[in-house]
Amino acid sequence: MMSWVTVATAAWLGGWAVNILLARQTGRLTRLLMPAIFGISLVMIWEGLVRGLEVPAVILPAPSAISAAFASNLPVLWADFVQTVIRSVLPGYAMGCGLALLTAIAIDRSPFLQRGLLPMGNLAAALPIVGIAPIMVMWFGFDWHSKAAVVVVMCFFPMLVNAIEGLRMAEAIQRDLMRTYAAGYWQTLWKLRLPAAAPFIFNGLKICTTLALIGAIVAEFFGTPIVGMGFRISTEIGRMALDMVWAEIAVAALAGSAFYGCVTLTERTVTHWHPSIRGSL
Amino acid sequence: MRIALSITAICLAILAAWYVGAVGLNAKWERDQAARAGVEIGWADIIPATMSQERPVLPAPHQVAAEIWETTANKRITSKRSLVYHGWITLSATFLGFAMGVGLGILLAVGIVHNRAMDLSVMPWVISSQTIPILAIAPMIIVVLYNIGISGLVAKAAISAYLSFFPVVVGMVKGLRAPGGMQLDLMRTYNASAWQVFWKLRWPSSLPYLFASLKVAIAIALVGAIIGELPTGSQGGFGARMLNGSYYGQVLIIWSALFGAAICAALMVGAVGMVQRAVLGRMGQA
Repeated sequence: MMSWVTVATAAWLGGWAVNILLARQTGRLTRLLMPAIFGISLVMIWEGLVRGLEVPAVILPAPSAISAAFASNLPVLWADFVQTVIRSVLPGYAMGCGLALLTAIAIDRSPFLQRGLLPMGNLAAALPIVGIAPIMVMWFGFDWHSKAAVVVVMCFFPMLVNAIEGLRMAEAIQRDLMRTYAAGYWQTLWKLRLPAAAPFIFNGLKICTTLALIGAIVAEFFGTPIVGMGFRISTEIGRMALDMVWAEIAVAALAGSAFYGCVTLTERTVTHWHPSIRGSL
Repeated sequence: MRIALSITAICLAILAAWYVGAVGLNAKWERDQAARAGVEIGWADIIPATMSQERPVLPAPHQVAAEIWETTANKRITSKRSLVYHGWITLSATFLGFAMGVGLGILLAVGIVHNRAMDLSVMPWVISSQTIPILAIAPMIIVVLYNIGISGLVAKAAISAYLSFFPVVVGMVKGLRAPGGMQLDLMRTYNASAWQVFWKLRWPSSLPYLFASLKVAIAIALVGAIIGELPTGSQGGFGARMLNGSYYGQVLIIWSALFGAAICAALMVGAVGMVQRAVLGRMGQA
């Protein structure tokens, strides 16, 4: 029993010492290695403390128990993933962000609308929009449509604010250059202003990845068919099967990180010219 | 002035669209009722009827406003049917969580800025911690904390704290690193200690970043507190109100809780903005 606590302490001190040594180095490998060591020692401390202090599984299951639950419930987890991420999050995300971008372009010609919409969008981005989840469930039913609707509304405002801000980024001198080329409105938009807005648009897209997942999972608390990540989390809590809940959280974390990672990768290829990325490739 | 004009125009447009939507969405029920009763009704009857349904698909704005007025002004604030009572339950968790999150965030940021090992190993995890949809696992945190004897206020505040620490860490790391090499060199020529560099240079120059982060943090702390009320069937708060409304099909309760929460969020962000202007104004930075 005490030995597990010793293991945890050793993992903590060992990981810390290695990282302090590594911090003196520079280079790419160190940058990847150090967070990895930090993460691994964190998991070892967790495992050691849970076993050593005999924490009951209904409070905090050990990482080994979680991975066992993960491995033995793969089909269930996959079905939940498909229901929540593929059916609700992705369509909602695409619709919400697309709609916001189109709105931004549409009101771009009217400074009057812009002046009004920007502060309102900023305000709306701060509001607790997840609260519309029960309303959407009433309107669109229990299946994925209501979840996608929540995701659309949650993504809309942060994306709108970023897109409006981004479309202002093209400088007057650059627009004048386009005019000397006799470029029309659409050519200017496509060749100058959208590329110039890309860093802001991607900022919005990245914020929305997390919001989209949150919106879909929270909306499932208000009513679902018997599949989905939010449904699984709330029912498994009811059964006190916390290892399964944590496995579901691991899926959510993996899905969220992968989604975010994909958007970041796209950003790096699309806005490779931007100073914040130029040096690091 | 022109901004105020634009905002007013857009608000009016939204209000008009809302009324049209209310008529459109609620008309079906009125038609069904009329068909069942075997009566023929025209738009002249439908439109006023859609404005005052008891369980509308989309309540008209004045119904929501009346419900909010009814539950804030006309009920004693200790009554369980008062929105002020529920609002206070949510807001107290929000404030506690916000304070905890901001404190933790500032401490982490100070550590990250002064310790290279911490910077390289902790910072990537701080960032990836936010790609996890933490709000979704909030119910579990509540249940787990409940099992070890922490319940109610502190459990909800823990979720708010987790959510609000992130913008503070990111903003403060940026802010504490904002002083350029020249300013740091100047401090060195004064033979300033690390402590003095922190209080006289890094801290003041980080304040604009801190306030920008605080605005995000307070808004998200409120969201965390509301979500924290969903799972446990807690006795009060905006979240519990929404859940009850959705169980019993009381649309007006959901809408009034939603607007109550939105008004609180706007007021809190506005309050932080006022403190920001006052503090930065005194420092000559605004």
